[in-house]
Amino acid sequence: MIRKDVLGIREMTKEDLLEILDTAGEMKKILVGNKDSDILRGKTVVTIFFEPSTRTRLSFEMAAKYLGAHFGNIEAKTSSVVKGESLIDTVRTIEKMKADVIVVRHNMSGAPHLMAKYLDASVINAGDGLNEHPTQALLDLMTIREKKGLFDGLKVVIVGDIVHSRVARSNIWGLQKLGAEVRLVGPATLLPKTFEKLGAKVYYDIDKAVDGVDVVMGLRIQLERQKSGLFPSKDEFSKYFGITEERMRLAKKDAILMHPGPINRNVELTSKAANATYSVIEEQVTNGVAVRMALLKILCERRKSNEISY
Amino acid sequence: MKLVIKDGIVIDGEGFNERADILIENGKIKGIDKRISLNDAISIDAKGKHVFPGFIDMHTHLRQPGFEEKETIKTGTHAAVAGGYTTVACMPNTNPVIDNEIVVEYIKSIAEKEGYCKVIPIGAMTKGMLGEEISEMAKLKDVGIVALSDDGFPIMNSGLMKRIMTYGNMYDLLMITHCEDKMLSGEGVMNNGIISTKIGLRGIPHEAEEVMLARNIILAKSTGAKLHVAHVSTRDSVELIRRAKADGVDITAEATPNNLCLTEDMVDGFDTNTKAYPPLRTKEDVDALIEGLKDGTIDVIATDHAPHTKDDKKVPYEIAAFGISGIEIAFSVVYTYLVKNGLIAIDDLVKHMSIVPSKLLKLTHGFKIGNDADMTIVDLGKEYTVDVDNFKSKGKNSPFNGQKLYGMVEYTIVNGEIKFKNDGNYQLSNV
Repeated sequence: MIRKDVLGIREMTKEDLLEILDTAGEMKKILVGNKDSDILRGKTVVTIFFEPSTRTRLSFEMAAKYLGAHFGNIEAKTSSVVKGESLIDTVRTIEKMKADVIVVRHNMSGAPHLMAKYLDASVINAGDGLNEHPTQALLDLMTIREKKGLFDGLKVVIVGDIVHSRVARSNIWGLQKLGAEVRLVGPATLLPKTFEKLGAKVYYDIDKAVDGVDVVMGLRIQLERQKSGLFPSKDEFSKYFGITEERMRLAKKDAILMHPGPINRNVELTSKAANATYSVIEEQVTNGVAVRMALLKILCERRKSNEISY
Repeated sequence: MKLVIKDGIVIDGEGFNERADILIENGKIKGIDKRISLNDAISIDAKGKHVFPGFIDMHTHLRQPGFEEKETIKTGTHAAVAGGYTTVACMPNTNPVIDNEIVVEYIKSIAEKEGYCKVIPIGAMTKGMLGEEISEMAKLKDVGIVALSDDGFPIMNSGLMKRIMTYGNMYDLLMITHCEDKMLSGEGVMNNGIISTKIGLRGIPHEAEEVMLARNIILAKSTGAKLHVAHVSTRDSVELIRRAKADGVDITAEATPNNLCLTEDMVDGFDTNTKAYPPLRTKEDVDALIEGLKDGTIDVIATDHAPHTKDDKKVPYEIAAFGISGIEIAFSVVYTYLVKNGLIAIDDLVKHMSIVPSKLLKLTHGFKIGNDADMTIVDLGKEYTVDVDNFKSKGKNSPFNGQKLYGMVEYTIVNGEIKFKNDGNYQLSNV
């Protein structure tokens, strides 16, 4: 990984991904150990979120602090940017306070890419519009690797509102680069056929999609999509595209269930399924801190050794 | 004053393609002949260069009045002559909108005082371009308006559109329509397809254009109105227009250099200078547009010159302004991509950029004795690199920046006066 920034999984190689996952494994030892490291001493990490988030933002904060970095956070409202405050001006101000890494979430695809172009600081994309959520995909990959070992030949199904999901996009890129087969299932209004051109298999029947898979990944469905007429009702969605215990039985015996959270219980997955032994949803959260520690470490080391290509 | 253009390759876009001299006297074309020698004339040596009737742009945004930070009549027409244009028709989405005689007269008077080329305002179809009440078309006609458009605000109400066509047709006004069903394009910002799926930008489906185009064709057929389709961008639109022409509908169409030469692949990477309406489409669409140009389905190449400030574009793609600044490189772009690649002939390019638009706008134009001496001299062999910082336009928003293009405009002459001369360094200057 020789780039200054982490903007997406799409531009990473298989080797980049494995390097990050290996580093995350080491970081997890610190995380479950004494949480006391000085790897990032003297470095400054700032998070700026233009969209509400609790877990991702806190996860970055913990990751930075466990590694001994200075940490700052800016509460940003998208509206102020829309009203004319330039996004670039905002982040350049943060940079001038000597931030080394700026973690950004933005409701518009490509916003972190725009920032990265105008900053010397490293930018980590914590989710941009519908485009990518690379750290979520990395923590998903880490969790799958812990449970399944190898990716080759693994079948993973992602369920729900695919078209509006940056988590789905990042996972599609990452899983395929590592050799897994990706299946997608959801209502046609939320899953256009075009996704086949990204190399995934598209299904509209969840029972067929789940059949024989190693991993079932649910996505949060935003309930306002129903109001814009993309699906008829919560009830119909959960009946035809919800993940239930019965449907989990169609997957491989040792299949795992994942979800990026927060869950709409009994909409995209039943409470029973979410709480079952095959559910690894809570482990995903812990791994989230580990992969974020890994990215901060890798980026700061590269900055130190000037291995960065701008 | 007498001016002779010596020894250029004169192409008039109507069949004439020969080495000749052109004599200009008192702003008019006085003679075109093998050899014109006069002692009392100033001469321009055009040896090895091409002389075309000045280009005419049917679709320019000059932004004045109201958006002078983006462009003014002065800078926009300066850019136009730098691109070989001698007349531009400017769109009514100004502030105030061109929906009354006062704004028309204002634009004409500024153009007269500060402009580098001729300016023909296009009137709005509805008052304030609000899509509610039809504009005072007869009054507009009386101050010289020949075409109407609500440009980027397509009339969603079909009943209203029918009334506009019916009323406007009394005055023989050309109906220039930006075909877009706003309900289908929704919040889209680029072509709906593989790239939008990959990079998570909302897509504008090709049907958004085609549904509205089909409606407008049906209404034009029933009202007998003269329909001109602005910036056609999709394969199926070309087919709809082809069929409408075969069906006898009074319809013409234009395509932009952007849609004729570029594809959606350029959007990957979020360069906001690729954001335009219509969006850059696919290779299949580009091929169909070129095919349409060749078989006469597409009549005109128009720029849709849409200048914006740097700040309008230095934002995330989703909220960046739609539009590409392009009038000063339009000829070079189309020449490089289409003519040099053997897709269309240079004579046809002149026809699409000069002769056909002049007819649609009811102008007396072209290389006929007695016509206004509006022409441009181009060095087709000269290669240059596009540098937006050298644009005369205030709009530096071009996805062609940094590209190598052929066909450099050397002189542009309007009413017999040299309005643009290239000083050799693409440092375009006023003479």
